[in-house]
Amino acid sequence: MREVKADDIKKTVELLCIEANYNLPQDVLNILKEKAYEEVSETGIEILNSIIENAKIAKVKKMPICQDTGVAVIFVEIGQDVHVVGGSLYDAINNGVKDGYLNGYLRKSIVSDPFIRINTNDNTPPIVHYDIVGGDKLKITVAPKGAGSENMSALKMMKPSDGIEGVKKFIIDTVEASGPNACPPLIVGVGIGGNFEYAPLLAKKALLRPINQRNNDDDIRALEEELLLKINSLGIGPQGLGGSITALAVNIEKYPTHIAMLPVAVNISCHVTRHATAIL
Amino acid sequence: MYKKINTPLTEEVIENLKSGDTVLITGRIFTARDAAHKRMVESLDNGQELPFDIKNQVIYYVGPCPAKPGQAVGSCGPTTSGRMDAYTPKLLEIGLKGMIGKGYRNKEVVDAMMKYHAVYFTAIGGAGALLSERVIESKVVAYDDLGPEAIHEFTVEDFPVIVTIDMYGNNLYESEREKYKKANF
Repeated sequence: MREVKADDIKKTVELLCIEANYNLPQDVLNILKEKAYEEVSETGIEILNSIIENAKIAKVKKMPICQDTGVAVIFVEIGQDVHVVGGSLYDAINNGVKDGYLNGYLRKSIVSDPFIRINTNDNTPPIVHYDIVGGDKLKITVAPKGAGSENMSALKMMKPSDGIEGVKKFIIDTVEASGPNACPPLIVGVGIGGNFEYAPLLAKKALLRPINQRNNDDDIRALEEELLLKINSLGIGPQGLGGSITALAVNIEKYPTHIAMLPVAVNISCHVTRHATAIL
Repeated sequence: MYKKINTPLTEEVIENLKSGDTVLITGRIFTARDAAHKRMVESLDNGQELPFDIKNQVIYYVGPCPAKPGQAVGSCGPTTSGRMDAYTPKLLEIGLKGMIGKGYRNKEVVDAMMKYHAVYFTAIGGAGALLSERVIESKVVAYDDLGPEAIHEFTVEDFPVIVTIDMYGNNLYESEREKYKKANF
């Protein structure tokens, strides 16, 4: 059993919250630069250049890329030979989020109750997903997610007879309906299979994948490429003001499912798709 | 080519703004988003006055990040405007002339914009750091308890926006997309 101190987890989460919100991942920045050359709309090119400039300003001035510093979504992979000492794992994560959002001058966007809606003033609680894996390491990923794109995401329990064509249509329809609201160019995370709660989790995890890395499965890779082409034919463009770059990538994850089910989840993410990871 | 305008907006300025125009705004603007809109419209429904004179003013749909020491404001890009649609016609009726946000507006809002002569500008969503450089002063003027959702008065200089829906009902989201749509599937 390897011991990991709760305090170290707290400090790590604090730093990851700040890092994720200040620094756009290099893969996203690189593809934005590539796409600025491919965009055909003049307004679209200007917008893409402003987005690139914005990421630079955020990095240099150490400030949030986007004011919506989001819900702190945290993925924890816990090696089965890890023992957390000096406090509970959840408290360490929760307090790390609190410290990160306060000390990093990040916006506090969480309300304590969906109806009463009073701000918790420290961006807690986060949403934490735990996976128990082999080994004696603790891997923590902080992936802040803003509401503009989250609100345009969707889940559909499809029929097996809807097949791959039905799935494609649902994904494209969901992107089309999001139009300018989700801050395109988008990264489209898709989860296919599993069940009612698992497909959205796959979709969210799909957003963590490096942007140029396609699915290992040949059929899924082909589907990702086809959907990206079709989405970029919709004309929505950067910020929905017209153009050929509506999405930067479509990342799909699949999972076995039930004989009667075909769940499909589309988690739309904006051009500020952020995440930062550390291994303890 | 940018058009430079100042706030508060005059009828003449509004008449000359056309969808697609890129505009630099200088002057005072007021921030308000979900919770502040709900509270403002509840005040009006109860016969109370708004915490600022809304006549001819511009509301920016934003919940800024806290300012670091030495900054006027933290990151401050636009939020999705559609969530304010339920409250907007009432504000247009009493003199609101401009809105800055991102994303679609519903028919009721566009109809009210045409009726009362107002403009919907959009700023680049997700460009909060860049936009913060155009805000030279920020102070909370109402609803302090709402935190990032409080009403701030921003003093802006050359704040870059695009006229997305003008007072004539021309809508850039509708007109531009068609030009780039490919019917290849």
